[in-house]
Amino acid sequence: MTRRMLSRRRLAGSGFLLAFAGLLALAVLSMTVGKFDAGLADLLAQIRAMLGGAPADETVATVFWNIRLPRVVAGLAVGAALAAAGATYQGLFRNPLVSPDILGVSAGASFGAVIGIFLSLPVGIIQLMSFAGGLIAVFSVYAVAAAIRNRDPVLVLVLAGIAVGALVGAGISLIKILADPYDQLPAITYWLLGSLASVTSGDIISILPALVVGIVTLFLLRWRMNVMTLGEEEAKALGIDTGRLRVVLVLAATLITAAAVSITGIIGWIGLVIPHVARLIVGPDFVRLLPISMALGAAYLLVADILARSIALIEVPLGILTATVGAPFFLFLLASGRRGWQ
Amino acid sequence: MRLEVDRIAFGYGSRLVGQDISFTLEENEVLVLFGPNGAGKTTLFKTLLGFVPLRAGTIRLDGQPIGAWSGRERASRIAYVPQAHAALFPFTVEDLVLMGRAPHVGLFATPGLRDRDVAAATLERLGIGHLAGRAYTEISGGERQIALIARALAQEPSILVMDEPTASLDYGHQMRVLDRVRELAGEGVSIVLSTHNPDHAFRVADRVALVFQSRLAALGTPEAVLTADTLKQLYDIDVVIGTLAGSDARLCAPRNKT
Repeated sequence: MTRRMLSRRRLAGSGFLLAFAGLLALAVLSMTVGKFDAGLADLLAQIRAMLGGAPADETVATVFWNIRLPRVVAGLAVGAALAAAGATYQGLFRNPLVSPDILGVSAGASFGAVIGIFLSLPVGIIQLMSFAGGLIAVFSVYAVAAAIRNRDPVLVLVLAGIAVGALVGAGISLIKILADPYDQLPAITYWLLGSLASVTSGDIISILPALVVGIVTLFLLRWRMNVMTLGEEEAKALGIDTGRLRVVLVLAATLITAAAVSITGIIGWIGLVIPHVARLIVGPDFVRLLPISMALGAAYLLVADILARSIALIEVPLGILTATVGAPFFLFLLASGRRGWQ
Repeated sequence: MRLEVDRIAFGYGSRLVGQDISFTLEENEVLVLFGPNGAGKTTLFKTLLGFVPLRAGTIRLDGQPIGAWSGRERASRIAYVPQAHAALFPFTVEDLVLMGRAPHVGLFATPGLRDRDVAAATLERLGIGHLAGRAYTEISGGERQIALIARALAQEPSILVMDEPTASLDYGHQMRVLDRVRELAGEGVSIVLSTHNPDHAFRVADRVALVFQSRLAALGTPEAVLTADTLKQLYDIDVVIGTLAGSDARLCAPRNKT
């Protein structure tokens, strides 16, 4: 018993180490790929210069530290955030087909951003509107669900999410029709498919508080989350204040999703597929599932972003890549019979 | 501990599902709730567990009204064993039983060494230590029911509430679950359970509470409450009750048609 626990703990420890090393390698790779010809040797020269060695090329420095680094950091943070939110929602709603946008956060965020683009507002305001849109959508879903009593609260929440999401989706479509087809429509479409290309270090700093608050909350409640997957009544019988805990978990997951989406646009599939892969590797225990999901989500988005800027002459939108890689992989998981759920 | 249910009424919205129900569960006692579908047994359980609000009366545990207790306080004294069900995520049996420690684990904490010891000891006590590392989704229905009992015992409660613990189990597992219930009642736990099978009530009950049309129709020893007359009234079925050669167990069988 104790031996099994110990070896399990050691296994988990080496797993985390491996995940961290893998992420670091990917981050370095991501730093050295791009349009501008600046590779590993240049990166090393830059680091040596920073440590007090021979001064290095300033244009190259701008490429590394002002363009690529924010992109890499954003990829890591957004990938981890979307996967963490997905793992939370799948457990909370006891449904493996759930993704972070189940309660309309993506639809709301899109609506906010699309209005901003339509009104030709500055980028910072568009991001703020997107963030607010995501939160408002989820709050209204929650308000609608709370008003409907005497039904399974989880089911009501999901159905309310679908309904509100559809309404907001109609609004987005309307604005697409009204938008200038040469200028605004491509911007809207591009935003709806997600990209890390224009992320600045300022963007990252602006969403950092929301990300930290949300992820720390999920981490603190990671074991309680397990009990929530048993369903409303059993969790209650185990002494959990399910109503309050659900609000807190939904808020935390919504906060990080809205923050991520506000700077990158909609990046689909990560929140849906990554928690499944993580569950196959470490099982359903949220204590391990959460960190592994975050590591895998970060890695997946970094890889997708490396592909996005290297496989074609133009930047390929991330949503296209995450779906074309994610969907077949999801089907493979389904067919292979290796499942992390019943 | 002694659970007193004192003239309670309960229900959803304006509809009362049960009223004027009183009984006392003594320490180490097994009380079986018996009655037709829709009589209000499950809702009575939910009321004991605090899922359904009381409309009248009080429930006291060792003299203290439990209405004011937090969910956590209640869960460390009264544990619920649901019917063996299909789970969604393949938690190991060990992890599942560990969840029974929820009322004793801090809000932001994960289970500690003592919690793991309690979970392991509970698994051994119920004879399913060998299942600890198996996925709950891959064991049999009978094993799941025992695992759920283990989870409830890991809460270290004094009262166990079991909703039809023998439903949907094969014959062997039904008998084994009933034997466990009997054993636990000798070990400081009081148990209230529901069943639809009079044979099971005869096998485990110290007393039987007959729930019929939202009220407590009778309360007493199984022999006194579950008579051929009563079953005829409840279900409109003619039965005989007796024993078979070589067994002390009282059984109920349909009477020959004449």
